[in-house]
Amino acid sequence: MSDTATALREPWPDLDRQREGVSVGIWLFIASEVLFFGALFLGYAVYRSLYPEAFRIAGAETEVFYGSMNLVLLLTSSVTMTIAVDASRRGMRRTVVVCLALTMLLGAAFLLFKGLEYSADIAKALFPGAHFPLRPPQTQLFWGLYWVMTGVHAIHLAIGIGVVGVFALILRRRLLPIESPAILGVATYWHFVDTVWIILFPLLYLVDRS
Amino acid sequence: MTDAAIADAAVDLPGASYLEAGHTLLSWLTTTDHKRIAILYAISITFFFFIGGIAIGLVRLELMSPRGLFLTSDAYNRLFSLHGIIMVWFFLVPSIPATMGNFLLPLMIGAHDVAFPRLNLLSWYLYVFGAAFTLYALIAGGVDTGWTFYTPLSTNYATGYVIAAAAGVFVVGFSSIATGVNFMATAHMLRAPGMTWFRLPLFVWAMYTVSMVMVLATPVLAMSLLLVIAERALGLPIFDAARGGDPVLFQHLFWFYSHPAVYIMILPAMGVVSEVIPCFARRTIFGYAFMVYALIAIAVIGFMVWGHHMFVAGQSPFANLVFSFLSFVVAVPSAIKVFNWTATLHRAEITFEAPMLYALGFVGLFTIGGLTGLFLASVPIDIHATDTYFVIAHFHFVMVGGTVSAYMAGLHFWWPKLTGRMYSEAWARFAAITTFLGFNATFLPQFVMGWNGMPRRYHYYPDVFQAWHVMSSVGALILAVAYVLPLIYFGWSLIYGRRAGANPWNATGLEWQTSSPPPKENFRRLPRIDAGPYAYHESAQPPTAGDGTPSPPSPTPLPNPPPRAGEGRGG
Amino acid sequence: MTNSQPRPVHIWLRPTVVWVALIVLGLASLGSAYLPLSASNTPLNLAIAGLMVLLLWLFLMDLVSSEVLVRLIAVAGVVWLSFMFALTFSDYLTRACEDRPGRPAVFGVDQKAHRGTF
Repeated sequence: MSDTATALREPWPDLDRQREGVSVGIWLFIASEVLFFGALFLGYAVYRSLYPEAFRIAGAETEVFYGSMNLVLLLTSSVTMTIAVDASRRGMRRTVVVCLALTMLLGAAFLLFKGLEYSADIAKALFPGAHFPLRPPQTQLFWGLYWVMTGVHAIHLAIGIGVVGVFALILRRRLLPIESPAILGVATYWHFVDTVWIILFPLLYLVDRS
Repeated sequence: MTDAAIADAAVDLPGASYLEAGHTLLSWLTTTDHKRIAILYAISITFFFFIGGIAIGLVRLELMSPRGLFLTSDAYNRLFSLHGIIMVWFFLVPSIPATMGNFLLPLMIGAHDVAFPRLNLLSWYLYVFGAAFTLYALIAGGVDTGWTFYTPLSTNYATGYVIAAAAGVFVVGFSSIATGVNFMATAHMLRAPGMTWFRLPLFVWAMYTVSMVMVLATPVLAMSLLLVIAERALGLPIFDAARGGDPVLFQHLFWFYSHPAVYIMILPAMGVVSEVIPCFARRTIFGYAFMVYALIAIAVIGFMVWGHHMFVAGQSPFANLVFSFLSFVVAVPSAIKVFNWTATLHRAEITFEAPMLYALGFVGLFTIGGLTGLFLASVPIDIHATDTYFVIAHFHFVMVGGTVSAYMAGLHFWWPKLTGRMYSEAWARFAAITTFLGFNATFLPQFVMGWNGMPRRYHYYPDVFQAWHVMSSVGALILAVAYVLPLIYFGWSLIYGRRAGANPWNATGLEWQTSSPPPKENFRRLPRIDAGPYAYHESAQPPTAGDGTPSPPSPTPLPNPPPRAGEGRGG
Repeated sequence: MTNSQPRPVHIWLRPTVVWVALIVLGLASLGSAYLPLSASNTPLNLAIAGLMVLLLWLFLMDLVSSEVLVRLIAVAGVVWLSFMFALTFSDYLTRACEDRPGRPAVFGVDQKAHRGTF
């Protein structure tokens, strides 16, 4: 049976308008997130333009294996998320829940690799401070930005995993209609987290590999 | 004639207003009704307004003597920082949007609520959480960095609760973003049939443009504060000069938000004034379309001028040139608005109710504030005047003379709609005039002493400035009285005030075509929308020459002027 | 039950095609980073990243079939970011060498050439 009747929320006059409204709302939030991460990218761009040599030295120390694996994981998770959204529009409840679960798994795998990467970084003392191994001092700028950028990204991803998990649960228990536009909102957020990683990847992992 | 005129009779049904739909505290704390959320915000920001006011009251008292009276310099620094942080983020930024915007936006477009009612409630909780956190930080010990958190003072040298204060502001920023997202989606998606974009009241346009600024600017503030926290807490070098960082980069990121923030403060004020002046001049607004374009232009160009806060910070001369030029450009749409408000008054039937007094005060004080802003946009003048009381006077003219005046105008104008009660017009006019006089007494001397070299944020100062400081402090005392008075007569009106009808001012606008206070669902029967806003008289021209109104005038008879004070109708 | 729609296999098809494209581009970016292209490495990598983001936004976030308003909003964030970059770099790219941050400041010894008042 169709859950359309319960998917509609106040104050929306009809479901189509509500779906477009959710789309508008989530993209406005994405625009704000573009500027949130954009400020970090600006800092990176400014310092890289000022200290290209220091950034080359610092960038050579990032774990390109983990970075690349994480790129593949997130790209795949975006695909499972897209399929979840398309399936929700067709009322395919089981497919939606499975794809959301897969998305979560891939996200969790990302965080696992991230954790391994962080411990590798720490093992090389690549946290700015007294024991930082690289010279000149401006290499610490790269690494300071590295920790903030990847940290903020990881927090966004963790929040995304949590939200996706909650959605998978409440959809499975039929507490939310499968046609609910809210799934679109979650998916858009997830794709944005992927977008940030796509841009971070060359900035952090492909500096002076040749 | 009774309060309920014949046209109002259909909407003045007894009972079941939004205020009566649930009487428990829990019903208020879990509400998703935009009108209740507006009231929650109004109570919160009023509380913080007085906290910030008390802080600066202590400062102004201290400044009556060149060597201070009762504060240590450290306490002095913390007090002016508290004043700035509280007033900017916990009063001015949310003031008109979160209260009047929340209450009126759905009403003015003919909707039942905002697009995302639960997000609306979340935005209030984010505000409360951030505010409580910051207040704790500021009272437990405070910060002495000023509201601007400049590095390396904030990251390296400041003692005090920098991280806690910055974190609180970080959180309240997301309240702003949530409100902005909600309002933009509402304006795009929930306008009633017939309510086209160019039939919207200017207040709605103001809410829309301010939301755009909130959504796009606030995240950069959030990141700049996050970086300060990261540097201070974890030692990560982002702005640390010893390791190649640039403190000016912090200023770029901070002011990228904080300049548009002042447009967040002024755009809603302009929206309020554009509603009040036509009503009490009984004229349609002059140049409606250009008023809209001006709002958009201010919102967009306002993002490109932030470097004028950094002329002496170490920015390149070329960047100074670019930012100075753009700062002159952004003044043009503001000037257009001032011309249009003035033209609206031309040969109009002006009456001087309290909202109109505040609105007229706004026009004059905003003009002075705006013109002195142009002084500061000129690099050579700014080099002389920067970091002096000239700057303080400039921004208080626009933020207090401007925004707070407009906030008061709106509060008085829509008080009958929010509460169903009329306030005491005599006391309100007295408070308005006292505000105007007290404000000028406080801040005009600051222009003079700033120009003559009195630096801002200084605790001790040369004796030669004492007379000006005393003048300013006495003015502040008058201003304080003027701000306390509304608390008293508004509070009194809630219990003893005369009940207001649906449209006590005989104003146009959808919000006046439902009862006062409105029912929970806003409209029992949505009015037909077939004309533009401000269907007052055209300006005093022959009937064949229209101006400004984008649609033919409504076929219904033009409304009568608002009643004079003392007359029967709702006055 | 559900409204009539194409057979379910179609919801796997387009995302998978896009996925292949994204992975190929990602590998190209990674691989090209190891080629000695000196100054061209970074612009190439960023261009590939930009292309990947475009594919993601158009086909996985479905901007290609979204309403005009949604597409405008998507673009707006990027446009505003460009304001921030352009005007900030108008400062950094025109700073004189002696004003560059990180230059060691030994007070009283390091005399910067003062060209003009500011």
